[in-house]
Amino acid sequence: MKRPALLVPIMALLASTTPVAAAPTPGLVADPLASPMWDNHAAWLLGKAPVRFDPAVIVTMPDVTENQHVFPVTVDARALGKVQRIVVLMDLNPLPVAIDYQPQGALPYVSLRIKLDQRTPVRALVLTADGVWHVGGRWIDAAGGGCSAPPVSRVKGDWAQHLGEMRGKLWHEAADTRLRVSVRHPMDTGYVDNIAAYNIETMQVRGADGAALGTMTINGSVSEDPAFTLLLPPTQAGPVSIHMADSNGRTFDGRLAP
Amino acid sequence: MTLSRRAALGLLAAAPVALPARMARAETFAGRYAYDPQPIGPGIWLVRGADEAIVFGNGGAIANAVVMACPQGGAVLFDCGPSLRYAQGLAAVAEKLCHGPVRRVFLSHLHPDHALGTAAFDPAIVAALPATRTELERDGNGFADAMYRILADWMRGTAVALPGATVVPGPIEIAGRRLQAMALKGHSDGDLVLVDEASGTILAGDLVFYDRAPATPDANLAAWRESLATLAALPHHQLVPGHGPLDPSGTAAIAQTRDWLDWLEQALNQAVAQGLDMTEAGSLPIPDRFATVKLARYELQRSVAHFYAGIEAQRLPRIDAGSGNGNG
Repeated sequence: MKRPALLVPIMALLASTTPVAAAPTPGLVADPLASPMWDNHAAWLLGKAPVRFDPAVIVTMPDVTENQHVFPVTVDARALGKVQRIVVLMDLNPLPVAIDYQPQGALPYVSLRIKLDQRTPVRALVLTADGVWHVGGRWIDAAGGGCSAPPVSRVKGDWAQHLGEMRGKLWHEAADTRLRVSVRHPMDTGYVDNIAAYNIETMQVRGADGAALGTMTINGSVSEDPAFTLLLPPTQAGPVSIHMADSNGRTFDGRLAP
Repeated sequence: MTLSRRAALGLLAAAPVALPARMARAETFAGRYAYDPQPIGPGIWLVRGADEAIVFGNGGAIANAVVMACPQGGAVLFDCGPSLRYAQGLAAVAEKLCHGPVRRVFLSHLHPDHALGTAAFDPAIVAALPATRTELERDGNGFADAMYRILADWMRGTAVALPGATVVPGPIEIAGRRLQAMALKGHSDGDLVLVDEASGTILAGDLVFYDRAPATPDANLAAWRESLATLAALPHHQLVPGHGPLDPSGTAAIAQTRDWLDWLEQALNQAVAQGLDMTEAGSLPIPDRFATVKLARYELQRSVAHFYAGIEAQRLPRIDAGSGNGNG
């Protein structure tokens, strides 16, 4: 029996709406999250470097996205030993990379808060010294608008009065020195009417001897008033200096007492 | 190939093929709210919400509503659910129970699981505290957007309808049903509590949760505790919480809500003092005494989102040169 001609467009429609794991591009590993953007991001971020989806990269996030402007993420890659870079990627965000962190003297661990513009995979990409990228993460559901709504301090109008105010502390724990630092900054994405992109771009963390402990590149998809937790080796008793620079060339410095 | 969703569905309906389950499921929505009014005193019924988060499966019907019969005929409602469809069904239930029309709808506070059903009524019979009206003007449309996103067709036809009447604290009589109205706050800026004289029942709204963890998106914990003390001191027999079952003792639910808020505040302050991040604070152990409390982890994580940055801004020391600490 001949199939009705009508079936042809229907089959095309079904094919276009049924999620099918994309055929792996040569050199790339199939994405366990079946993200529509993974191959693209992997190509520009990781090039031809080997990739391993690795449970040793522990990405902790809440079960509920209560606020898509301020969504907390903790990346713990200590199981991998020494690492060179930690990249936090939200596949479907307009600003897909939140941070690119080099824990030169710090432990491979970072907490931050990010903006989500829709349901998206949130992942950590961790580069070890052997040139392998270890990837962990999961899908997070979120309402829209995390990158395209003005920050609270823009609405209140007081962002300039508090710009660069830095808070923080060191805690001396058994296995590490815990560093927490926050800074007041609107972190404008550039996606809000009449508000140009304006964000913290870099952070450098140095120990008492001036040696670099961590260097971070930061994008506008990090939440307003960024706050980070880093873990330093327990031998780092402090003081620790923090230096940040934003996209207008302003710099902000802080010092964490021992 | 671009097809509008409607055109695509037309094509599919005409197609002589078995559709994949995923496509078929997309159009099987025929959601119906179920109402099980429980009599809890003379002429007063509790219509329970599901002790769950707002998800598509429950249509957003997670808050309790109360129906009261007027001696001279007709019904009074305390809260009216998340959607037009829910409130229309609730009104039909109330009119049958009370042999007359809905005369008055009281809104306990602004939150959409209690308030968006007002779209089903003449605004003139919907009454709320002035603070609730102000908060609905500020947040109502945002709530509606979020509810449509989660609940889709359950919300069809629902729009934010501001209350047309203002509740003045004190005695209120509606066709012979005598109530005491109290203007409190803490869960939100305007928390209306009614005491039904005939049954001695406190209708506490979301100032009280029972075996369901309290939600804190607009909370002021100090004001909330004061309001709980006010409620505990009232002469009453029983209490209807905003979420969770009837408290026949009248005191257990207030005590449990107070216990949760005290624990929550202390736990979050301690987490900040220990340098924990929001993800770690959301993973804190929940004490065994809250084992019966549903959604405890979910509401803890929401509360972390509501309060954590504020606590950090108060408790972590300034470390920048501009702070005058001589460190810069």
